[in-house]
Amino acid sequence: MQAKDIAELLNEPACTHNKKEKSGCARPKPGATAGGCSFDGAQIALLPIADVAHIVHGPIACAGSSWDNRGTRSSGPTLYRIGMTTDLTEQDVIMGRGEKRLFHAIKQAVDSYAPKAVFVYNTCVPALTGDDIGAVCKAAAEKTGVPVVPVDCAGFYGTKNLGNRIAGEAMFKYVVGTGEPLPVPDELQRPGITVHDVNLIGEYNIAGEFWNVAPLFDELGLRILCTLSGDARFHEVQTMHRAEASMVVCAKALLNIARKLQTDHKVPFFEGSFYGVTDTSNAFRDFAKLLNDSSLTERTEAMIAREEAKINAELDPWRERLRGKRVLLYTGGVKSWSIVSALQDLGMDVVATGTSKSTEEDKARIREIMGDKTKMITDGSPKALLGVVKEYEADILIAGGRNMYTALKARIPFLDINQEREFGYEGYSGMVELARQLALTIQSPVWPSVRKPAPWAKSKVPGVELGA
Amino acid sequence: MAEILKRNKALAVNPLKASQPVGASLAFLGINKAIPMLHGSQGCTAFGKVFFVRHFREPIPLQTTAMDQVSTVMSADENVILGLATICEKSKPALIGLPTTGLSETQGTDIKRLVRDFYIAHPEYAHIPVVPVNTPDFTGCLESGYALAVKATLEVMLPEKTDNVGKRKKQVNVLAGSFLTPGDVEHIKELIEAFGLRPLVLPDIGDSLDGHLTEMESSPLTVGGTPVSDIASMGESIATLVLGNSLFDAADFLKAQTQVPDYRFDCLMGLEAVDSFVSALADISGKPVPEKIERQRAQLQDAMVDAHFMLGFARVAIAADADLLYGMSRLVTEMGCEVVAAVAPARAHILESVLADQVGIGDLEDLEIAAKRKGAQLVISNSHAVETARRLGVPLLRAGFPQYDLLGGYQRLWVGYRGTRQSLFDLANLLVEHGHIEPEPYVSIYAQRTGESRATPASGQTH
Repeated sequence: MQAKDIAELLNEPACTHNKKEKSGCARPKPGATAGGCSFDGAQIALLPIADVAHIVHGPIACAGSSWDNRGTRSSGPTLYRIGMTTDLTEQDVIMGRGEKRLFHAIKQAVDSYAPKAVFVYNTCVPALTGDDIGAVCKAAAEKTGVPVVPVDCAGFYGTKNLGNRIAGEAMFKYVVGTGEPLPVPDELQRPGITVHDVNLIGEYNIAGEFWNVAPLFDELGLRILCTLSGDARFHEVQTMHRAEASMVVCAKALLNIARKLQTDHKVPFFEGSFYGVTDTSNAFRDFAKLLNDSSLTERTEAMIAREEAKINAELDPWRERLRGKRVLLYTGGVKSWSIVSALQDLGMDVVATGTSKSTEEDKARIREIMGDKTKMITDGSPKALLGVVKEYEADILIAGGRNMYTALKARIPFLDINQEREFGYEGYSGMVELARQLALTIQSPVWPSVRKPAPWAKSKVPGVELGA
Repeated sequence: MAEILKRNKALAVNPLKASQPVGASLAFLGINKAIPMLHGSQGCTAFGKVFFVRHFREPIPLQTTAMDQVSTVMSADENVILGLATICEKSKPALIGLPTTGLSETQGTDIKRLVRDFYIAHPEYAHIPVVPVNTPDFTGCLESGYALAVKATLEVMLPEKTDNVGKRKKQVNVLAGSFLTPGDVEHIKELIEAFGLRPLVLPDIGDSLDGHLTEMESSPLTVGGTPVSDIASMGESIATLVLGNSLFDAADFLKAQTQVPDYRFDCLMGLEAVDSFVSALADISGKPVPEKIERQRAQLQDAMVDAHFMLGFARVAIAADADLLYGMSRLVTEMGCEVVAAVAPARAHILESVLADQVGIGDLEDLEIAAKRKGAQLVISNSHAVETARRLGVPLLRAGFPQYDLLGGYQRLWVGYRGTRQSLFDLANLLVEHGHIEPEPYVSIYAQRTGESRATPASGQTH
């Protein structure tokens, strides 16, 4: 990828960051950086496309330590869970045999697994040695008759966030618009309901959580042409340009594809979240608003009233347990505010939130939801996080799996909120699971047990005292 | 305090209970060069033998007075005397256990008198202690039979009151309950030794039933276990550790006879229970807790924190003898689990302390019904519960007697920091593997997907 292409990707007009002096996302600081690379970001964004063979082109470190570790779920094909990499050897690198190996790798994947398409993720070493993966993909596609999409996402290009955009760009450049949706069959037409085609962008179906929400789309007559990329199929990505509206679900990760759908194909979009009762309801309201269908608006409000009444009754016993508990939230992007509203729905008090990966707009929303006195944390080091837990007397740390053991070693309750988690929290029913998991850890009897010094010990046990 | 639900049906279905004579036999199997002889019909012994052989995967010395039709009606006294004499003559045991059975108890045997008669008839065997114990199978269960046998052994071996406390400065008595496996007993001994103390374990199935090959190819008696000569010296120990509520009665007797102070423990699973045990050892020895044990404690704490995500709110069903049931209920509730179904085969004092709303006296059918009604996610019980768990669609953690379909179950370590940690891992793994509930896959009515299939390599492809 050329420098100007990267610069172009970093310039995201739909992103509020752009209005600041520095354009695009902040540079990582050597020696004090956490978080993944562009390859990581691109792979996260596209891997959930279930019927695609995902080949990582590079030596083993890239795929070897990352394959099959995402919690994303498919209702059908499981091809996406099969780890594929060219596993380049020293000889490949020295002798320049990477391209050849890649070509044969694609052919092998097609022969063995009959994928609907092949995605090739470029990584640092072949990017540095100059493998022309675009050309290889093109040749392989011609040879195999299967679409082969190059995703040029070498880690040194930049951050995970950039990787997300590279992924979006690749989809827009090579896939979107190459297929057409089928018409809605007559037997699925219901009187008084106009079926609208929509996209979800940046929804990953972690632990199957989108299945909490999906039936409501069907009920309202919203046909999801494509979810990019949870439980998606290659064919569905091809048809995204035919949607009437898009929802950007997770942060700015794939904002570029939403923006381009808007400018090139006149598909309007909005940003929202399915975390929390309020946000879930708002997401449906926003769809109704963009689609400008009065019947839809009416049915949406009725559905929201019904679902909220039902879930509020289910949540009441959990609210009793969780009310007033103090939360330190440390996560990136959209979750820094979307989870906040979910926690507030449960009567919890978010005392601080991490903003190191949030955009200006994210930060503005945090202020809007949580008020000015909320502590915004940019230093995510274990020491800093534990310091904030102590200072703000937090009862729980909610963060990505990476920080889990920071909390646990300090004897602090913890909830995993990122990709690797094993529980789905989206939608109305997901809130019950979220509440359950929160109560489970906050009220676990293990905390007093592990904080108490041994009966024979004279010194105090380390660890953070619980907040009130 | 748990509400105890009495047995309320005529038919026991999928029994949980193993009998008192079997329990008493187990206790005697923990004494070196001993053999239990059940006073009853051949079957009482044969079934008991198979029960133990399958569980321990060891040859089990077990004899019978072989009551037949005539002796059952006329008198079986002669059977006992003849049986004892035969064993003494053929095997030269260090001790013979003589549990009664339902048959001999119903007949009305006076087992203690028969032992006196035996010594009168055979003074040449006066040096071989015979321990009679009344263990009809129509009361109690394995645990109570075991406890009765331990008490009876003490009664026979410590007939006089003594006051020699602490004559053996490092010797600590351990009355080991039936909920302990050979692996548990072994670990308990190691813990005690770590404080520079010498454990005298009664009964010591950790030494006799731990499953090791010996030079001796066969033996009609137990190989390993508490040396009979040691039992007589229990009055000279500095302290007694009583492990299991079921043995408190035996402990009362030991204390009354010997004045040796005792420390009593209802269970040895879970951080708190092990903490008090280790504290007691530090107390008795006057030594600090060794670094190694501190480390094991810290490892358990770490495991507790790691496992609480999986075990929190988990609904557990447990069926076991009282001490084990109590210990398990404590172990899992300390992790945030809820015991939604608890069944014991027979009444015991400790049942009221079980950490569950109700404890049923009953069978595995009772457990199954309660577990189903309360949506249990995991069953803890013996191998008979395999089908129970399968019908419930939940995983089973095997514990207690018998475990005939699992190699090494008899040897597994449950107690101490180490045993507790492994139990937490196993419980958590079972739940992760079987119990994790995700939303059902939902396919939209509008989905444009046909002929979807799962990924498998195409057949015949070689690369």
